[in-house]
Amino acid sequence: MAQPAISMDAHQEHHHDTFKLLGFWIFLVTDCIIFACLFAVYAVLRTHTDGDLTGRELFEVKGFTAETLILLASSFTSGLASLAMQKGSKKHLLGWLTVTVLLGLSFVGLEITEFAKMASEGAAISTNAFLSSFFTLVGTHGLHVSFGLIWMTGVMVQIGRYGIDAHTKEKVTIVGLYWHFLDVVWIFIFTVVYLLGVM
Amino acid sequence: MHSHENHGSAKTYILGFLFSLILTALPLWLVIQHVMNKALLTVAILLIAVLQLIIQFFFFMHIGEGEKPRYHVMALILGAVMVFTIVAGSIWIMTFNSQVH
Amino acid sequence: MGEKAKGFFVTGDPLIYGADVSIIITLLGILVFLTYFKKWGWLWREWLTTVDHKKIGIMYLVSSLLMLFRGGVDALLMRMQLAMPNTHFLQSQHYNEIFTTHGTIMILFMAMPFMFALFNIVIPLQIGARDVAYPFLNAMSFWLFFFGALLFNLSFVIGGSPDAGWLSYPPLSELAGSPGPGQNFYIWGIQISGIGSLATGINFLVTILKMRAPGMKLMQMPLFTWSVLSSCITIIFAFPVLTVTLALLFVDRFFGAHIFTATGGGNPMMYVNLIWMWGHPEVYIVVLPAFGIYSEIVSTFSKKKIFGYKSMVFSMMIISVLGYFTWVHHFFTMGAGADVNTFFAITTMAIGIPTGVKIFNWLFTMFRGRISMTQPMLWTLAFIPCFLVGGATGVMLAAAPADYQYHNSYFLIAHFHQTLIGGVVFGYLAGLYYWWPKMFGFKLNDRIGKWAFWTWNIGFYVCFMPQYALGFMGMTRRVYTYGWDMGWAPYNMVSTAGAFLMGIGFVFQVWQILYSIKHGERDLTGDPWNGRTLEWSIPSPAPHYNFAHLPEVKSDDAWWDMKNHRYGAAVPNKMKEYAPIHMPKNSGIPFLMSACWFVAGFGLTFEWIGVGIAGLAGVGICLLARSFQRNTDYYIPVDEIKATESSLGRVV
Repeated sequence: MAQPAISMDAHQEHHHDTFKLLGFWIFLVTDCIIFACLFAVYAVLRTHTDGDLTGRELFEVKGFTAETLILLASSFTSGLASLAMQKGSKKHLLGWLTVTVLLGLSFVGLEITEFAKMASEGAAISTNAFLSSFFTLVGTHGLHVSFGLIWMTGVMVQIGRYGIDAHTKEKVTIVGLYWHFLDVVWIFIFTVVYLLGVM
Repeated sequence: MHSHENHGSAKTYILGFLFSLILTALPLWLVIQHVMNKALLTVAILLIAVLQLIIQFFFFMHIGEGEKPRYHVMALILGAVMVFTIVAGSIWIMTFNSQVH
Repeated sequence: MGEKAKGFFVTGDPLIYGADVSIIITLLGILVFLTYFKKWGWLWREWLTTVDHKKIGIMYLVSSLLMLFRGGVDALLMRMQLAMPNTHFLQSQHYNEIFTTHGTIMILFMAMPFMFALFNIVIPLQIGARDVAYPFLNAMSFWLFFFGALLFNLSFVIGGSPDAGWLSYPPLSELAGSPGPGQNFYIWGIQISGIGSLATGINFLVTILKMRAPGMKLMQMPLFTWSVLSSCITIIFAFPVLTVTLALLFVDRFFGAHIFTATGGGNPMMYVNLIWMWGHPEVYIVVLPAFGIYSEIVSTFSKKKIFGYKSMVFSMMIISVLGYFTWVHHFFTMGAGADVNTFFAITTMAIGIPTGVKIFNWLFTMFRGRISMTQPMLWTLAFIPCFLVGGATGVMLAAAPADYQYHNSYFLIAHFHQTLIGGVVFGYLAGLYYWWPKMFGFKLNDRIGKWAFWTWNIGFYVCFMPQYALGFMGMTRRVYTYGWDMGWAPYNMVSTAGAFLMGIGFVFQVWQILYSIKHGERDLTGDPWNGRTLEWSIPSPAPHYNFAHLPEVKSDDAWWDMKNHRYGAAVPNKMKEYAPIHMPKNSGIPFLMSACWFVAGFGLTFEWIGVGIAGLAGVGICLLARSFQRNTDYYIPVDEIKATESSLGRVV
């Protein structure tokens, strides 16, 4: 076969690896826009408590600080997982991913406890506009984390089955990117919702 | 796959984690201690959050990597402009309502 | 019929009973046809599971033409209701439903898929690629659109149509104002297809950035490709806003939240603010590709390079970004304050500048060109004056103080129809005529096409010019009926006549297509228009791998230069050896997953939680199943490529 044809085709295939990463970055940008809208709604409605309790009375410093630290730690451990992947250590990769998933689970658990407690105090999504926007913003982030947990578990099963190869490497990179991104979003929830709320 | 190879080292991850811990503790302390007045405090903690974002992007997400041209960086920058437009624009446009309430 | 069924099926209107009967007959007809001719397997293998961008494009095209019909019938019914004073041709409730579905369908289920049809069919061919960046995702986008549109249209016969206007402003669209399932159909129909549109935006952005033929620099891309790039940039920033806005409305309706309600501290105007952050960029999303189409056509049929290529590119990029900063002009009357209104009035008027640049470029391209009056060129020529008037009335509307007079009047209706029909629909139709031979291998008949063109165009002006006057006379949009004393009757009568002329134009086009399938001029060269860009370098219709050899590009108007031996002479195929071609495998998952979305949407529409959860679980299972798939592509062997190329008359 003639050389030029092969090199051209190979050219396109080589690039296929980076396609997914670029596409995923763009997806993250669209997700940024989703959260931007939710933040905008929250910023506009945060004072619309309709005479009910405000954030200062509802938010507990201990609870949201714990959530923040757990998520930060999980972002770190997912970084360590991709580091283990670079070194080709399947055992460490799976180990760090497991730690990440466990941290994520405890984050979601804490969040659900927080939500349930608020609801039992009469602060539910249907109470007033402030709480509606609070629950949709924080809840959407929580849903993202939960989705990420299922996804990460799926990736772990695949690593267990196929080991570290081009496919699973790509998947770990992308799910890791997603996980770090959720951490970034949380930083703004921590700042805008909780810190400004208790201020 | 060569573009994926250099994905940071244990050192950068640990450094990034330490930075992010500090940048979490700092605003928390500022808010709880009420170190400055409300407007200033708001600006300060928002700035710290942006700093934290930058840390995550560089130390964890390795935004500077990948082959050139770095379209993902362009997308993120334009995205940041749009995010600002959405949030600041909405607040600006909807302030009339807070005067009503 | 039991009480429950009575609530479920829409009853009491002879028009809807007619629709019921025709739907059942059509469905039975399709089922019998498929079974009798043993076409089920063919349907599944060739269409439902395909990841070929050309076939996906054709499916988009067929769906959008069907939706043009449905939306057009809605329009004609509306015009009949308004033709005379004190008419009760439609019940007022039915009228509300029809103006709602007309707007939603025309923008989201006609313009968008029509646009995606052209994206799909043209872009990979134009940039010299064999498929899009994510063929699987592309198929998913189509099926999400398809099932979203299906869900939305189902509301006509089941549950009742939405009736709160095409953008469904709260508090009317909240549970208190619209308790029935109609509004839920709206939310889920658009939500499901919107996810698909977002994915298409990402897909084509990456395709254009990463998959261009070797050598093709950004500044050598054809202008249609540039227009799609700019449109996709707008999609990725605008569509997430739509997703959020609809989700929040759903949260209000489903969980009793108070985000947009009039009670509990909610703020309905926040919905208006958000929806226009999507809604305004949306019109640029649909019009930018039309600009690209005009550029291709003007250049091809004037036999000249486009005038001011760079300024065309810059003006499109400016429009795509600046289009994001004008949304408040849709609600100047909200009273956000003089500073806010001033800012957005200025940004809106500023958009006129790059648009004006483009008009001049088209005119200068034609200047001293050898123009051939083909069908695509006719529609392009019709577009220029039409869009110019539409743009000028747009600047009038952009003047915030004056807008207090025009707001929501028929002046506005006339304005946006002039830009959306004159700009978008004319553009897509021009594109359809232009690329039709590439899609199907034959040209559309000229004589019938001219009849269609003139009825459409005359009909357009007869229909919408009187509406500008009606707006000044105080007729507001969505008005159900009016009295003789208003003096609106003659104008409305004329307008209705114009609408029917446009309807006749559409009938001509259907006839034209059917006639041309049998008698149309076959395209054996692959280059029937003496084109300038790469899609004309391959046979019509294109083989499923598009390019047997990837072309090497050294300039803009690459195919023109290859034909005219400007460089390296197009090397005849026989000189090169073939290599196996890497292609994606078909997959049933996009279809199944979108069907699961449909089930979920249907369940949530009727608040059948079990069905909703089952549908969403199905979506999750499909996602996981896809994630675990490994052998998703294959190689076309050299022998097959050789056989295909020789059967297409290309030298092997």
